[in-house]
Order: sequence, then structure tokens, then C-alpha cells
Amino acid sequence: MDKIQLGELIKSLDTELEIKEGKQFLEVTVPPSKLYLLAKKLREREDTQFDFLFCLSGVDYGQDLGVVYHLRSTKFEHVVVLKSRTSDREHPQLDSVADIWKTADFHEREVFDLLGIKFANHPDLRRLFLDNSWGFPLRKDYVDDINIVTK
Amino acid sequence: MEKNIISVISDEKQEYIINMGPQHPSTHGVLRLVVSLQGEKVISVQPHIGYIHRGIEKMCESITYPQIIHLTDRMDYLSAHINNEAVCLTVEKALEVEIPDRIKVIRTIMSELTRIQSHQLWWASFGMDLGGLTCFFYGLRDREKILDIFEETCGGRMLVSYNCPGGLMYDIHPNFQKHVKEFIKYFRKILPEYDQLLTGNVIFKERSKGIGPLSLEDAISYGITGPSARASGFSCDVRKHEPYSAYDRVQFKEILFTGGDTYYRYVARIEEMWESMNIIEQLIDNIPEGPFAVKMKPVIKLPEGEYYQRVETARGELGVYLISDGNKNPYRLKFRSPNFVNLSVLNHIAKGFKIADLVAIGGSLDLVIPDIDR
Repeated sequence: MDKIQLGELIKSLDTELEIKEGKQFLEVTVPPSKLYLLAKKLREREDTQFDFLFCLSGVDYGQDLGVVYHLRSTKFEHVVVLKSRTSDREHPQLDSVADIWKTADFHEREVFDLLGIKFANHPDLRRLFLDNSWGFPLRKDYVDDINIVTK
Repeated sequence: MEKNIISVISDEKQEYIINMGPQHPSTHGVLRLVVSLQGEKVISVQPHIGYIHRGIEKMCESITYPQIIHLTDRMDYLSAHINNEAVCLTVEKALEVEIPDRIKVIRTIMSELTRIQSHQLWWASFGMDLGGLTCFFYGLRDREKILDIFEETCGGRMLVSYNCPGGLMYDIHPNFQKHVKEFIKYFRKILPEYDQLLTGNVIFKERSKGIGPLSLEDAISYGITGPSARASGFSCDVRKHEPYSAYDRVQFKEILFTGGDTYYRYVARIEEMWESMNIIEQLIDNIPEGPFAVKMKPVIKLPEGEYYQRVETARGELGVYLISDGNKNPYRLKFRSPNFVNLSVLNHIAKGFKIADLVAIGGSLDLVIPDIDR
């Protein structure tokens, strides 16, 4: 399935989604409340079968915090990028997709560790690299006077 | 007397927690595994990582693209050249620079040499993990020959930093082709010895066949890539599916097995060395003439947008996800490192096996710790 067909198909699942044809992949912006259901549909539908979550990254967009999911189907070889943003910087929370793709377990722990985004229903949400005394270093407002030199 | 025996049995039913690492010879780096045992049986493995977390992704946000290349060497130090290539390809894709054939071919040859030397070191240490110390000497002896070629070409032995955005740092050494051909000739004779030493060994087979099986569905769900996944039948070779550099002009086959246990993960890597030699042989006599680098602007600024590039390192798929806001350094750079993902399956496949098998399973996943921690 090419990008246009895939875009139309995802549009038919939910008409309110914001779909953008990026340079490389099809990009779908999902509100956090709909993320889990859309992910589950894309995984389970016969004509999409996105069974391989090959990258999950947390991003600090300045105002918002967001998570980007890169999904591929090993059968059809098509790719879609899901993006979900939350504007709550104090208690950011998204739904975990760890029960759909098991690889999300570690990825989500990394995002929680470095950006402080919590994932609801995650089986084991602990910090991964750093201990609890650290802040969230990948955030743009992270302050470290000793190690980060600003010119 | 009878009472004592009963108490011993009930003790065995209890879980016993031991700490493996961070300093342990078989974890190949500072990986700490907290293992719950029942007798000798592994109940669960909890990896604790972050001992050498350097925050490379954060550092990248404040340095320029040519500088980032030198940090990628330090992630998976055994696939240093391939990591460099990933960042260069991302930058070149963003700037839409056309890369001359000479650069593509040299990059491919260097990548395959990197893959061979990485698998050699893995073979050496995997044999050692299972008690065959001879492997270690054989593997390192042969790896030295590739490192000598690297040293002659670019000065570095492990952390080569040979790539730069737009091409290569320097042209190849006049002796490059000669020495690579000599190595291939030598290694074609030596590689069957590896088989005789380990692959056909009864003790080795006993310790690896049926140990740590990974099914195709689990491999995909856990996102495992590289030889570890191809041993389970997951066709995930980026060189085939999304050819970059000069992989579209060479003939090679993707190594696929369906066994999925420690033994097949081992065989997949041995077979990959043969394929890598095939690729090098097809290219080494046909390096086109031309410049070794495209002239780039002194300060590289990428246009605003998002870019994703994936390459096949010796351990699996390395993805570079780059968000640019138009400045000279990236807004966000994420490395989807193969080892980080491959580690997550360890608990799943080691469950129910003996503690000695955990060493074999960990070795067969071929983990490089700096790539996990980044």
C-alpha cells in the first residue's frame, strides 16, 4: 500500500485525525486519548498489520512533550509515523503500548527516564539509566550548570 | 536426618537472587543482571543498565553534524564505521547531496570489513564464554589483519571516524586493494577452521542447540534485528530491504534460518562472514575513479524537517531519527540502537534455562554495552 492509500485508510478509521504526507513517511498526529485504540487497530487490522515498532522516541517540542512511534508492517513493508503530544509539562501522561508491541516496554522506560513522560498501564515503569535524584535531561529546560556550557 | 533433607528441599523451592555484573567477564562490559534462581534454574533476569550512560543524544543537541560523527564511534565501538555512515547518510539525505560512486563503494567495502571484524571478535569471545579459550586467540589473530587495514587507511584502528558529511576524510591508501585481497584470500582458508573448532564440536552443540529459543512472532514483537532475528526467520536485513550506499549493485543472499536458538544465532553470524567476503570481492576490483569527498559548506545547516535513516550494523538495525529546526545542530537526535532493543528480549528467552545457559544466551545476542547505554 502506498502513502496515499494508507492515508485514506487511516482517515476512514477516524476522520478527526490530522494526516500529513511527510517527505519520507506518512505522519499521523493523534490526540493522547485516541492513541491506544488507533495503535491497536493498526496492529490488528488485516490490511495494515503494523507488527514492527522499530523506533519510539520522546521529543521535547518546547511547549509540548511528545512521543513519536515509527511503525512498519513486515508483511506489506509500509511505514506510518504516529505522533502524540501533551501540553501538560508537570504530569505528562500517555497510554502505554507495551501490550501491543513488547519492544515498547524498554523504549517507554527510556522516554520516562529522560523526558519524564509517564505511561499508563506500563508493566514496570522504573527509571532505566539514571537514578531518582536526576531530573529529566532531554528536556529543553533542563539545567546543569557544571556539565552544560552555554556560549 | 530425615528432617534435614526436607528442609533442604524446601530451601530449593525458594527464589535465590544473585547479582551478575557489572564486573563480570561474560557480560562483556558493565551490564548488571539481577538473576532470580530456583536451584540452578533461571526464573527471571532483570537488566540494570546505565553505568556508562554518557547522554550522547543530549550532547548531540549542542554540537555540529561533523562533530556528531565522532560520538557515534563510541556507541557500538565494533561497528564504528557503520555508525558513522548512518549519520552521514542522514545529513546527505537531508541536504539532497548526490554522492559519487567511488565514495559509495569504499564505504560499502569498509562496512563489510567492519562487519567481519566485529563477528570475529564476537566469535572469539563467544567461544571463550563457553569454555573454549582457543577461539579467543584465533579470532583476535585474524581480526588484527583487518585492524591493520583500517590503520593504514584512516589512522584509527577501532574508532575509525573515516566518514564525513559528503564523503570520506581521505582517499584510500594505495595498498588498500592489495591488502584487502590478501586478507580475503587468507580468511577464506581460515574460516573453515572456525567451523572445525566450534561448529562441529559435540560439547558446543550440546550447550547451544535448543537453548534460548526465540520464535518469529516474538522476534518481531520485541523488535529484534540483525543476525539474532534472522536466525528466527525474521527477514530484516536493511541491506536487502532498503539498500543504501552500494548494496544495490552487489549480489548477496540474506542469511535466514528458522531454528531461532543459540546455535542458529551462531551459525547465522558465521554465514554472514562468508557473505561479507562475497560482497567485498565483487567490489574491490571495481572501485570507480572520482573524488573521495563532495565539497560541502563549512557550516552545515539542515533544512527544517524530520529525517529517518536506517543502516545494518553488525548487530542489527541502527536508526537515526533527526529533527532539524534549521540550525547548525540538531533539535533532537535519537539513535535507535540495535543492542538496546536486543537486550530487552533476554528475560523472555533465558527464562527456565540454567544459569550457565544464560551466559551462552547473552553471548549469542552479541551485546555491546556502550550501544545500550549511549
